[in-house]
Amino acid sequence: MPGNFGRPQALTSNPFHYCPGCSHGIVHRLVAEVIDELGIGGRTVGVASVGCSVFSYNYFNVDMVQASHGRAPAVATGLKRSPAAPVVFTYQGDGDLAAIGTGETIHAAARGENITVIFINNANFGMTGGQMAPTTLPGQVTTTTPEGRNTAESGYPLRVCEMLSTVEGVAFLTRVTVHKPAMVLKARAAVKKAFQVQLAGGGFSLVEVLATCPTNWGQTPVDALRWLEENMIPAYPLGEFRSWEAS
Amino acid sequence: MKQLMKGNEAIGEGAVRAGCRCFFGYPITPQSELPHYLARRLPEAGGVFLQAESELAAINMVYGAAAAGGRVMTSSSGPGISLMQEGISYLAGAELPAVIVNVGRGGPGLGNIAPAQSDYFQAVRGGGHGDYHVPVLAPASVPEIITLMQDAFDLADQYRNPVMVLADGVLGQIMEPVDLGECTFAEAPPKPWATTGNEGRSRNIVNSLYIVPQELETHCLKLSAKYESIAEDHTRWESYETRDADLVVVAYGTSARIAKAAVNAARRRGIRAGLIRPVSLWPFPAGALQGAARHASAFLVVEMSLGQMVEDVRMALSGVRPVHFYGRTGGMLPEAGEILRHLTLLHEGVVSHAGKLWPAASADQ
Repeated sequence: MPGNFGRPQALTSNPFHYCPGCSHGIVHRLVAEVIDELGIGGRTVGVASVGCSVFSYNYFNVDMVQASHGRAPAVATGLKRSPAAPVVFTYQGDGDLAAIGTGETIHAAARGENITVIFINNANFGMTGGQMAPTTLPGQVTTTTPEGRNTAESGYPLRVCEMLSTVEGVAFLTRVTVHKPAMVLKARAAVKKAFQVQLAGGGFSLVEVLATCPTNWGQTPVDALRWLEENMIPAYPLGEFRSWEAS
Repeated sequence: MKQLMKGNEAIGEGAVRAGCRCFFGYPITPQSELPHYLARRLPEAGGVFLQAESELAAINMVYGAAAAGGRVMTSSSGPGISLMQEGISYLAGAELPAVIVNVGRGGPGLGNIAPAQSDYFQAVRGGGHGDYHVPVLAPASVPEIITLMQDAFDLADQYRNPVMVLADGVLGQIMEPVDLGECTFAEAPPKPWATTGNEGRSRNIVNSLYIVPQELETHCLKLSAKYESIAEDHTRWESYETRDADLVVVAYGTSARIAKAAVNAARRRGIRAGLIRPVSLWPFPAGALQGAARHASAFLVVEMSLGQMVEDVRMALSGVRPVHFYGRTGGMLPEAGEILRHLTLLHEGVVSHAGKLWPAASADQ
C-alpha cells in the first residue's frame, strides 16, 4: 500500500548514524514496527548496550536506559523486577552480549527472566574498529587478527543460540538474518513472537540476527550481504532453537 | 519496645523501613545475615529480593531498578564492592539514586573476613572512574544503622546520586538493643524522570554518555554543583568531649567506639582528650577539625587500616597542628589501652613531631 510506508511511531526522527549497508537500521525498524503493532510503546523500556548501537536510545521512541558494557540483561532484570514492571527489551551486539556480557546473558536466561533480547551478530566489534569478537569466524580477518582468526591461538566462534538451547529457563530462541527481503519478513515475525512471549509472561526470549558490517569487513554493502550468506549462515544455522506456543 | 538486633539485620530492617523495595546482591562474608534477613523480609513487605550471579550483575540490576524509580539497594564487602565500582560510576553519571552497603573486611586481595576500615579510600575517593563523588555514611552502632539507612535513601533520592553506607565486620555482627518503633514504611518521592514506559508523557532517557566534550563538561559541572550542595548541607560528625580538648582523637565506626573508651580513660587521668567522629566520611567534616584546632595542640587519628582517613585529617588541618596516627589492619582491632598510651605519650610531650605511631611503640625508641 503506497503511502503507508512511513516511520514507525516507535522510531524518532533522528537520522541513524549507522554506516551504509549496516543491518542495524533494518533491525531497528523491525523492533519499532513490532512495538507499534503490539501497541506497547507507552509501557516499553529499551536497554541500549555498548557498541555501535549505544546510540539506539536516540532512535527508539520509548523510554530508554543505556547500560554498561555487557550488563544489559542485568539492567533489564532490574527494570523488569521493579514495581513499574514495564515491557523490557535489550538491544546488544556480539561484542557486548557474547564477550563481556556472556555471564549476564546466561544467567538472565537461566532465571527465565521475562525480557526480550535482540542480539546482533556481525562477527566483530564494530564500534571500536573491527576487532575480533567471540563470533568471528575461523580465518576471518579483523584488526586484531590481521592474518585471520587462528583457532589454535584465539579459539572458536561462540554459538550463542546453541549454547542457550541447553538452558531450561529459555522460552523462545531463534536465529534469523536480514540479508534478503524474505528473510527480513521472517526476522520481523521472530521479533514479534519474542515480544509476545514476554507479554504472555512466558520468560526469556532471544532473537539472534545475523548482520552485516561492510565498513569493518572491508566490503561493499552488496558484497557484505553475499559474504554473510556464504560464510555466516553455514557457521550459524538459521532456525528456532526453542519454540514457543501460547498456551 | 527495645529488641536485640544484629547490625547486618538492622541494615536490612532500616532499608525496608526507609521504603527500599528491591535488593540485588551476591553472597560474601561478613554481610551474609543481611541478604538472609531481606530474603524473608522484603517479600513480606511486597518487595523483591534477587540473588544475582555476580556483583557485576547485582549493581547493574540496581541500576535498572533505580532507573525504573524504585528505592533499591545492594550490599557486599571489599572484593565485591571493587567489582561494583564500574556500576557505581554509571549510577553517578546517569544520576540514579541507590544505596550501596559495604560491610568492610580485611584486604587487599582476598584478604580475610575480619573487620577492617581499609576501604576508606575506595569509598570516599569515588572508587570508580570519572569525576564523581558518592556520599559515604559511617554508622558506629546498631541503632545508628537504622537511622542512617533512612538518611541514605533520602539523600540518594534528593540528589539523584548513589550513597554508600560503610560499616565493618564488627558492626555487621554486633548485637545491640534497638527501639524500632512502629513500622511506617517511608515512601519514595515522585520520580518524573524514571523510565517506566512513556504513556502520557514524552520519553525519558537514563544515560551517562555525552559524546561531545563540551556537553560532558557541562554535565560534570552540574554534578559538581550538586556535590557542593551536599557538602554544605549534609556534612555530619559527632563531637565528644571536644569543647576544651587539648588532644583530639579522630575515628569513625568501630574505631570510634574503641577510641571513646580511651578518651574517657584519658580524662580520668587528667588528660583533656576528646573525640571527633566523622559520620559522613564524604563530605568530610574538615570544618569540625579546624574548629577543634583552635584549642587542641595535636590530633591522633585511629583507624582499622594502614592510615587512610588520616590523609583527609592532614588536608583539613593543612599543617597547622601535628597529626599522629595509630592503627591496626588486616582484620585486627585497635586497643583502647594502646590509644590511651599514645594519648599519654602525646600529653607528656614524648612525641612532638607529626609522625606515625606505628604499629604500637615507635615513640619508645
